[in-house]
Amino acid sequence: MAQLKFRDKTYEVGDGATVLDVLLEHGQEVPNSCRAGVCQSCLMQVVEGEVPEQAQKGLKDSYRAKGLFLACSCQPQADLAVSLPDAAQLRVSAEVTGIRPLSEDVMELVLQTDAPFEYQAGQFVTLWRDERLGRSYSIASLPDDDNGLMFHIRKVARGEFSSWVHEDMKPGDRLSVQGPAGDCFYIPGQPDQDILLIGTGTGLAPLLGIVHDALRHGHRGRLQLIHGAQHPSGLYGHETLTALARDHDNLIYHPCVLNAEDEMDAGIRQDTVEGLVKALVPKPAGWKAYLCGDPDLVNKLRKQLFLAGCNMKDINADAFIPSTPADRIG
Amino acid sequence: MSSLYERIGGEAAVDAAVDVFYRKVLMDDRVNGFFDDVDMDKQIAKQKGFLTMAFGGPNNYTGKDMREGHKHLVARGLNDSHVDAIVELLGETLKELGVADADIQEVANIANGARDDVLNR
Repeated sequence: MAQLKFRDKTYEVGDGATVLDVLLEHGQEVPNSCRAGVCQSCLMQVVEGEVPEQAQKGLKDSYRAKGLFLACSCQPQADLAVSLPDAAQLRVSAEVTGIRPLSEDVMELVLQTDAPFEYQAGQFVTLWRDERLGRSYSIASLPDDDNGLMFHIRKVARGEFSSWVHEDMKPGDRLSVQGPAGDCFYIPGQPDQDILLIGTGTGLAPLLGIVHDALRHGHRGRLQLIHGAQHPSGLYGHETLTALARDHDNLIYHPCVLNAEDEMDAGIRQDTVEGLVKALVPKPAGWKAYLCGDPDLVNKLRKQLFLAGCNMKDINADAFIPSTPADRIG
Repeated sequence: MSSLYERIGGEAAVDAAVDVFYRKVLMDDRVNGFFDDVDMDKQIAKQKGFLTMAFGGPNNYTGKDMREGHKHLVARGLNDSHVDAIVELLGETLKELGVADADIQEVANIANGARDDVLNR
């Protein structure tokens, strides 16, 4: 059985257990959120030994080179000594410069980082209120946008971070930004490829970045953008996107809701996202697809598009995995 | 004389075959029940491993891996008919990609060679 060393203590690693499991089980505090190898909240550093390849999947090269790994995805096969990385080397501090509601339950948050921050439109970061509370959000702005980093933050019932943003946050508040991560971004080089962008809820945020990036690169293929919501009030990008689509012939915006209302805009359809995709692009062979938002829907669409002929490597998915609720920890 | 793996086209052929093969597997009601709950990224990686092995390419599979990896599926009813279906879908995939009949037969022989380990017999 492998031994795990952390803060001068040594623990036995049970069969199939991860570094995160073992440390939490013994009452050690390790920041974590999705526990699915996505959000990168549980980054740790190798002091001695080696971690399996899986534990560094999706990390940027500079992180790998430092021996950083994801505690939730690391099942040690041999003895290992680990530490928590110095937060300062991973994060950059930032100030809240703008905050305003976009809809009933979505807040737009704008941050100015203290140091330059490099990212690709469509990637995500983890925002930290303090040492303990961090949550991942997609970036809705563009890298060369001087107005700062923009996010769409949806209010989650009993969500600690989103409650802070929605109820207490004001300009001047400080937080720190870790990342960026994620591979849902526009890749120049195939300007005539048709692109399908599908988002539910705040899954629209990364898609907006990708759409702007594609238009800026002079993309000529079709950009079919589907935004799905429960109710018309959830289509918080409706006016912006309607206007943007008017200015760009190859951008086609498809707002759709599950629950229609009498007075909603004529352009909004009542349909499921899956149904709309099937009707719009029955044969997605050769298309590129970006899927962001609800994890169940993202996985369902991924399979649907793949079976209908889309290449697996052309499907970029960013499932918004909720953080593990506090009452389910330990 | 070139090896089977080289004749089929090596790693590039595996990459070309994996989408076609996995799509057939997911659409085939005889076997797709075994693949329903599996993460698609992990599954693609596993399929690539399987195809590389079946094409006679470099792999580190042992009989023990095969047994361990399929034990839970045997418990769910995996049997000869399912292995037959997989070999058939593999053949159809290679035919679509223009592989010669004699090479397809050789691939089928390699895949069939793992049958007893896969079925834990």
